[in-house]
Amino acid sequence: MDFQLNDEQRAIRDMVRRFAQEKVAPLAHHTDETGEFPAQIFKEMGELGLLGLPVPEEYGGVGADTVSYALAVEELSAACGSTGLTYAAHTSLACMPLLWFGSEAQKRKYLTHLAQGKGLGAFGLTEPQAGSDAAGLRTTAVKDGDSWVLNGQKMWITSGAIADVVIVAAVTDPERGARGISNFIVEKGTPGFIPGKNEPKMGLKGSVTSQLFFQDCRIPAENLLGELNGGFIQFMKTLDGGRISIAACSLGLGRAAFEAAREYAKQRHAFGHPIADFQAIQFKLADMATELEASRLLIYQAAVLKDRGRPFTKEAAMAKLFASEAAERVCYQAIQIHGGYGYSREYPVERIYRDNRLMAIGEGTSEILRMVIGRRVLRE
Amino acid sequence: MKVAVLIKQTPDTAELPKVSPEEVRSGDVKATMVINPWDEYAAEEAIQLGDRFGASSVAISLGKEGETDALKHALAMGVNSALLVDVEAAREGDVWAVATALAAAVQHEGDVDVVLTGKMSVDGNSGAVYTGVACKLGWNLLVNVTKIVDIADGVVTAERSFEGGQETVTMPLPVVISVAKEINDPRYPSFMGIRKASRAKIPVLTAQELGLESIPRAVRWENLRKPEARHTEVQIIEGETVEEQAAKLVDALLAEKVI
Ligand SMILES: Cc1cc2nc3c(=O)[nH]c(=O)nc-3n(C[C@H](O)[C@H](O)[C@H](O)COP(=O)(O)OP(=O)(O)OC[C@H]3O[C@@H](n4cnc5c(N)ncnc54)[C@H](O)[C@@H]3O)c2cc1C
Repeated sequence: MDFQLNDEQRAIRDMVRRFAQEKVAPLAHHTDETGEFPAQIFKEMGELGLLGLPVPEEYGGVGADTVSYALAVEELSAACGSTGLTYAAHTSLACMPLLWFGSEAQKRKYLTHLAQGKGLGAFGLTEPQAGSDAAGLRTTAVKDGDSWVLNGQKMWITSGAIADVVIVAAVTDPERGARGISNFIVEKGTPGFIPGKNEPKMGLKGSVTSQLFFQDCRIPAENLLGELNGGFIQFMKTLDGGRISIAACSLGLGRAAFEAAREYAKQRHAFGHPIADFQAIQFKLADMATELEASRLLIYQAAVLKDRGRPFTKEAAMAKLFASEAAERVCYQAIQIHGGYGYSREYPVERIYRDNRLMAIGEGTSEILRMVIGRRVLRE
Repeated sequence: MKVAVLIKQTPDTAELPKVSPEEVRSGDVKATMVINPWDEYAAEEAIQLGDRFGASSVAISLGKEGETDALKHALAMGVNSALLVDVEAAREGDVWAVATALAAAVQHEGDVDVVLTGKMSVDGNSGAVYTGVACKLGWNLLVNVTKIVDIADGVVTAERSFEGGQETVTMPLPVVISVAKEINDPRYPSFMGIRKASRAKIPVLTAQELGLESIPRAVRWENLRKPEARHTEVQIIEGETVEEQAAKLVDALLAEKVI
């Protein structure tokens, strides 16, 4: 067992950290206040190759491993949650299913475009009436000659309205339940594909979250992703990978809150002492640091298993469950350490707290993850 | 044309205040080591000279075996090759010893027309190494260069700034150029570049190969200590209106004889 990052992982982390601190962090407050999507940041990320970090070189990516990718998500999220989530969704939810299930032609056309940062990708699974119960989707796809015709509605789709490529799950055989779902590649601007408004949210305000409408949206037959009726397994596998990155979002957010609280505790004086001198504050910082470290190890474990081609469903679920809830506790205490200033919008910790709240909901709620883990541990 | 760019690995500026005199004395600095920020401008210029004039570039750094992060950063940015110069007598010597080893490495590399350097290192702060290198090589020296206008027919035309002005100068090659930060906007290395550089095997040039087992030193450190921390006091000027605050601020500055 070796707890060291290798040279490549360390170099990638250091560079993402530098980029995130120099370019992304200064915009985070503005992004939160205005809800503007940081488009320029994503343009630069694309030019540097970040938007294709774990995608193989032959498809325009950098070919880095999952640990490096998790480090990148952590660093971006530590600077700005909206940027971290948008990056994670693009990579884990759009690039990865194209890589794993796409035909050679689909990979050349769509994955390369996304990995080179020429546009963002999105993943449309959730619907107004189907979230955790993903097999209950109602969007349909019907074969008509050389086309598929999509009808239905999606909800809460990260980058849905601004993405060049959206992967859309739809029912292709209503008789077969979960085994009657397929995924499709839909290009922005396809007639009948109508992006809805940007949802107002509690946090992650710079991440675009959209409703998507499909009204007789006709796409070419070759835009079926992978096997017909194989969609359910595909998105379960996609979400397994995505959970590592959502865990990394939480680790980044929690770390940023912890670091802000630690600095504040050294500077803020009460009763003639820096508040960091008080054991009550030290104990909080100790718990926060410990929980973040535990999150980190769970994330690395899941990432390494994934890179080695070993099963990682349970470990990814554990990493996301623990990291998102740990970051919640860390953010709570970071605000507590800041006292009244922690409640102020002039300090970053309240934004981080709001941004992190999503991480226990998206890509499998904590309840669903406990079911995933519970089922597995009972089987072992 | 061949360009050698001199690169130093220095503590991350954010961590500089934490570096202790003991660490400096032993050479075992615990801080995160990065490319000296001033050297990024030199590396960027080397890459641009490659694009403009087809020059090949080599990054050269003085350091212990394994101290290659800064060189790898330069490689990841796009410098063609890298060379680590492991000369103990220079690492532990003075500015002159450092310049001696670097100049020897440039000579060893052969056919170098231009040596590029940053304006100083954020840890040593001497701003004297490039002068020593030029002196040792017996080449012309151009400092504070803000633009390399042209390199043609064995002559470099460059703009440099000095107190109160800007001048355009020409100078025959070979030349040592220390660049100012106005010269360019150093790029971030691409992630593909980082990945490739992190796997690069960087050749090491030893003291034996350079014939530099010992270098006479002109300076000896008797003692090394940190400057006393400065105690600053923050005073918040309060007032109902901006005008009132400004008036109070002016009074306070007058009282302190700042204005
Ligand atoms: C900001 C944001 C971004 C998102 N991005 C995307 C995206 O890019 N793509 C996408 O497809 N979706 C996305 N989502 C949707 C997200 O994945 C869903 O919101 C999530 O899966 C939960 O589904 P739901 O909202 O329908 O809640 P529901 O499934 O209705 O759940 C409501 C509550 O019931 C609990 N619950 C449900 N079933 C059970 C059960 N069997 N046992 C115990 N408890 C249960 C849940 O845990 C939850 O507490 C996003 C959501 C948000 C808020």
